[in-house]
Amino acid sequence: MKTSVAVVATLAIASAASLFAQGAAPAAGPAPAARTDGAGAVHVWPVQRNIYALFGPGGNSTVSIGDDGVLVVDTMTADAAPDLIAAIRTLSNKPIRWIINTHSHPDHTGGNAVVARSGVYIATGNTRGGGGASILAFENALMRLNGSAGSPDKVPEAGWPTDSFFVKQKDMFFNGEPVLTMHQPSAHTDADAIVFFRRSDVIAAGDVFTPDRYPVIDAAEGGSINGTIAALNTLIELAVPEFNEEGGTMIVPGHGRICDESDVGDYRDMVTIVRDRVQDLIAKKMTLAQVKAARPTFDYDGVYATPSFTGDMFVEAVYRSLTASPGAASRSPAR
Amino acid sequence: MNGRPRARRLAAAVAACALVSTAAPAFAQVDFSGAWGARLHEDNLERGGGPEMNEFEGLPINAADRMRGDSWSASLWTVPEHQCIPHPADYGPNFSQLVMWSDVDPVTKDVVAWHTELSWMNPVRTIWMDGRPHPPAWAPHTWQGFSTGKWEGDMLTVETTHLKPAYVRRNGLARSEKAAVREHFIRNGDILTIVTIVTDPVYLTEPYIKSRNFQFDPGYRMTPYPCSVDVEIDRPAGEIPHYLPGANPFISEAAAKHKMPLEPARGGAETMYPEYMERMKTLPTATMPAQPAAAGTAAPPASPAAVGTPARTPER
Repeated sequence: MKTSVAVVATLAIASAASLFAQGAAPAAGPAPAARTDGAGAVHVWPVQRNIYALFGPGGNSTVSIGDDGVLVVDTMTADAAPDLIAAIRTLSNKPIRWIINTHSHPDHTGGNAVVARSGVYIATGNTRGGGGASILAFENALMRLNGSAGSPDKVPEAGWPTDSFFVKQKDMFFNGEPVLTMHQPSAHTDADAIVFFRRSDVIAAGDVFTPDRYPVIDAAEGGSINGTIAALNTLIELAVPEFNEEGGTMIVPGHGRICDESDVGDYRDMVTIVRDRVQDLIAKKMTLAQVKAARPTFDYDGVYATPSFTGDMFVEAVYRSLTASPGAASRSPAR
Repeated sequence: MNGRPRARRLAAAVAACALVSTAAPAFAQVDFSGAWGARLHEDNLERGGGPEMNEFEGLPINAADRMRGDSWSASLWTVPEHQCIPHPADYGPNFSQLVMWSDVDPVTKDVVAWHTELSWMNPVRTIWMDGRPHPPAWAPHTWQGFSTGKWEGDMLTVETTHLKPAYVRRNGLARSEKAAVREHFIRNGDILTIVTIVTDPVYLTEPYIKSRNFQFDPGYRMTPYPCSVDVEIDRPAGEIPHYLPGANPFISEAAAKHKMPLEPARGGAETMYPEYMERMKTLPTATMPAQPAAAGTAAPPASPAAVGTPARTPER
């Protein structure tokens, strides 16, 4: 019965959230509000249909709930994983069957082992079942997590992806809809993937889109400014607004609030404009120090600069990305 | 100039609005239902054809917002994601026709929400009257934001958060999504006054206050305003029109055209106040840009390869 109560509450919240998004007439249900349900610091927000966004202390997860079970995109940090599982359990008592990692960084994969262990692998024929949930990631993420790429992201085997792909897209059908995991080359890292829930019309973007901060370009792991812009443009190509450039396809970023196409467009504009400014200063033969002194992010710092990633740091990342030797930021999968 | 006279003026303006709201019969003031025609007698820059490029006067913008405005190119409106954007809640009342209606709880007969719809782009807005809290930080932001209202006497005071990033003037002056908006809806007979107070910690140095008047217009019928996105400019994939710092050729054009000094056209809180007219008399009139505006150059378009997207087939 406890589960039933939770589901009813969830449906009511989903209804209210939908009304908020569309500016429609009021319903008798409660207002959309933060909800913890004993889930510690992880907060649930119903996005649309059977997709939920979960907001944790270090990043976001996206969850698909349905008859097939639970699919989790990104598992937060190891510390937050128990709260993530508790939050998922307020939505469904079905088994967690799939984890998809958008890249290898620990704020998105740290909970892999714990969340996978709480789930199950359902086998058929002569394949051995049991164990934990399957973990899917782009191949470069696997190689970082298992240590073969010499990355600081290395974790014990329980946190490694069990399934990887090296082509541009991995498809599956889960909870009544196509789920497209799409590699984004050399963006935040060289292991990025976005996850498109095609019928629910929700995209889990990972850290190629972080509207509460400048994009962090991890050059050491193959990220680049132009790949980041390309990934943002891919999100825009996939997204279709419902009315007046609002609603329709909803996007759960790696960090920050739930967004739609116009939000990605606004962010893409900023990243492109800063890239163009830095590119222009590089063309004028300015050094990194001179480029920083020109303050090409001055008009955006109030929106996107954070103590841990300032405008200066973003400018330096853009500068280094644009002046890197060809190919340095666009490695092929190291197979 | 110091801040105190300004503060007194702001307080006096709000107090005057409140006074007007309490001076007329109560019944006429508490029901906003019906159609309202925009009177269009204030702030010409915000209505009709809108402002010219780099006309920033009368707005309490900071240096960061001035840079946003200088960087902005009107060609941005041709980018598909920008074509069907409606005016946000804090800008829409500037010139559109307005229809308002309420939702009433069928049992208690309490007004649960007020709604507004504007003629330009038909944005519909909800003002919740049932005491619900504003959503958490991670909730979606919308063009109309999330609004809650309460009565202060016969004046409806509305607080709005969760606005999408937009603009304080439609020539590139940004208003961030961190902004909050307070409004006062005041009915005095057949005149509806909406006072809008925008506070933005990112781009405004002090609150931006404006009022708009509407005439009750029971014969008005809202007309549809569909918008479809069409690509009409064949530009390299990923190119975003903007001016690089120092490269905008229009900065002095509007001021020179209207035979006013350049300084007030650059905006800032001081340009909002009457005292500034004395300073304007001491400033030289702006001169037209050396080059024809048409020769202005936007940021050099990035090549498809540089943007990281494959070359595309022209869409025509």
